[in-house]
Amino acid sequence: MTDRASDNHIPDRLDVGWKPRMLRWETLLFAVAVVIFVFNANASPYFLDPWNLSDATFNFTEKATIALAMALLIVAAEIDLSVASIIAVASVAMGAAAQAGVGTWGLVVIGMATGALAGAFNGFLVTRFGLPSIVVTIGTMSLFRGIAYVVLGDGVYKGYPADFAFFGQEYVFWVISFEFVFFLVMAVVFGIILHRTVFGRWIFAIGNNPVGARFSGIRVERVKFILFVVSGLMAGVAAVMLTSRIGSTRPTIALGMELEVVTMVVLGGVNILGGSGSIPGVVIAAFVMGLVTFGLGLLNIPGIVMSIVIGVMLISVIALPILWKKIRAP
Amino acid sequence: MIKALLKNRDVVLGLILVMMTLAIAARFPGFIELENLRGIFTDTSILIILALAQMIVLLTRCIDLSIASNLALTGMIVAMINASSPELSIAVLVGVSLIVGFCLGAVNGLFVWLLGIPPIVVTLGTLAIYRGIIFLLTDGQWINAHEMSPAFLQAPRNIIIGLPVLAWVAIGLVTAAAVFFGWSKLGRALYAVGGNPVAAVYAGLDVGKTQFIAFCISGMLSGLCGYLWVARYAVAYVDIARGFELEVVAACVIGGISIAGGIGTIPGVVLGALFLGVVKNALPVIGISPFWQLAISGSVIIIAVVINARQEKTVGKLILRSSHKAG
Repeated sequence: MTDRASDNHIPDRLDVGWKPRMLRWETLLFAVAVVIFVFNANASPYFLDPWNLSDATFNFTEKATIALAMALLIVAAEIDLSVASIIAVASVAMGAAAQAGVGTWGLVVIGMATGALAGAFNGFLVTRFGLPSIVVTIGTMSLFRGIAYVVLGDGVYKGYPADFAFFGQEYVFWVISFEFVFFLVMAVVFGIILHRTVFGRWIFAIGNNPVGARFSGIRVERVKFILFVVSGLMAGVAAVMLTSRIGSTRPTIALGMELEVVTMVVLGGVNILGGSGSIPGVVIAAFVMGLVTFGLGLLNIPGIVMSIVIGVMLISVIALPILWKKIRAP
Repeated sequence: MIKALLKNRDVVLGLILVMMTLAIAARFPGFIELENLRGIFTDTSILIILALAQMIVLLTRCIDLSIASNLALTGMIVAMINASSPELSIAVLVGVSLIVGFCLGAVNGLFVWLLGIPPIVVTLGTLAIYRGIIFLLTDGQWINAHEMSPAFLQAPRNIIIGLPVLAWVAIGLVTAAAVFFGWSKLGRALYAVGGNPVAAVYAGLDVGKTQFIAFCISGMLSGLCGYLWVARYAVAYVDIARGFELEVVAACVIGGISIAGGIGTIPGVVLGALFLGVVKNALPVIGISPFWQLAISGSVIIIAVVINARQEKTVGKLILRSSHKAG
């Protein structure tokens, strides 16, 4: 009886000594990031060049921007596998608008609105019919990219206005790109939302116990709907940046990106089953993945081999802590 | 009687399939000529086998997103063996494909069973890893038809009683699966584990081990499809069957397999796969650009899950209501 009581004992205040702090996921991840940084700096003489490092940020900021929204969704025990397809459909919408002569700011609005609309469609299906989000978003993943194919076929949209290139190619200050600044600002915004607002507490509550959350007066369905819209919106923003960066739209744009986004979130310590995770973790994970792929790129390692590395990372970051626990517990 | 039949999901899906085929045939009579129907079935055989593989995993509340990568890797290994030593018999190569596929599936299963990692995470990872390994093996090189032995390419194409071996393999596996799911202990265990894991434990079933076995079987079937795919399309390279796992999941969902586990029938899955097969083959006939295919299968998945959810929901609600009354 006493054993059970001690199992269920909830402390008034969490232990904040140095040991649990050191063993926090974010701290370990940060250590990994530092090790990779040092390793890369030794492996290639080109790594420490500020312009090269700035180039490296381009490769992950779009994914990381979506990962912030995806983190909220996964904490709420949902998932959105359609984000890469949303990029495709939003990019196609912008391309079509650009052909029709819409100006730069119009394109940005169209890209973001298409993303938000696609996210709302996901959210509607999940919340209105009570469907599992993984199946819904596998369906919309085909649907959205399918729409991109229907519109474009094997064609391509080019001819974006010259100043549209700002979002994906320009620098705000020295080597600091607009994309990177935008990502950092969004990271702060999402961090505040998840960790410092009531809405954030709702997200955790829903992920831990949706039924309990409903009984405590949280509008579970509405919160989830908003999260899907935000995820779509962020994919729309990523579409603006990516389209602006590469300057053209094909239906295969961002193909397979959802895998890297989910990996980033899981690597950042967010529980794939929902209920726990942190934005700082996701941000550090974004840097880890960015540094790894950039480092491998400098060593002339092809993209498909990097995907092995990412796959191994995804499985091992989840497997290792579990193995560690199993080995320590007799 | 008729009303009861119309409530059966598989019957309804079958009717939709037949009506769709007839509607196309009304405009294009050639569509239901025996030769064309045979072609569609043969074309869909690999999808049917993979859908069976996915069904086994889905029943146990897991999902296997790595089956297309497994197919591609196993297919490449078999093709490489054939290219380097053409004298090896096809039986040996089929054996190799089963074993390699089994091992790749077992890797997924071990992570799920022993470490309790969510299947979607494991198979998202192996989806990338298995396909990456093909690149490591081949350095991006293709293995083309002229490098494969004629026997290797011909085996699934030989016609027996009017149908190619490929189609017979699918028919044989569907029959075997029907027996397996209906009458074997393990087959019933798959349903039990997915339907209610807690009850399954009390019934003396090892949930994790059953899931492991499901992944092994799914891997084995994917491996077999690796050989069939490479022989049918007479080429092996890094990107074969890329994204095909989604079509397989689509076939299962259309066929009424619940992603939440424990629900699904063999006829449903076969009809789901045939549905996609008919759509794919009908598009060029009715003059719609093949670029529509992805959007159509996406829409069909969404419609199918909405319908599935309604059916599953009513069952759940009824039980709750009756238990409420009893209380």
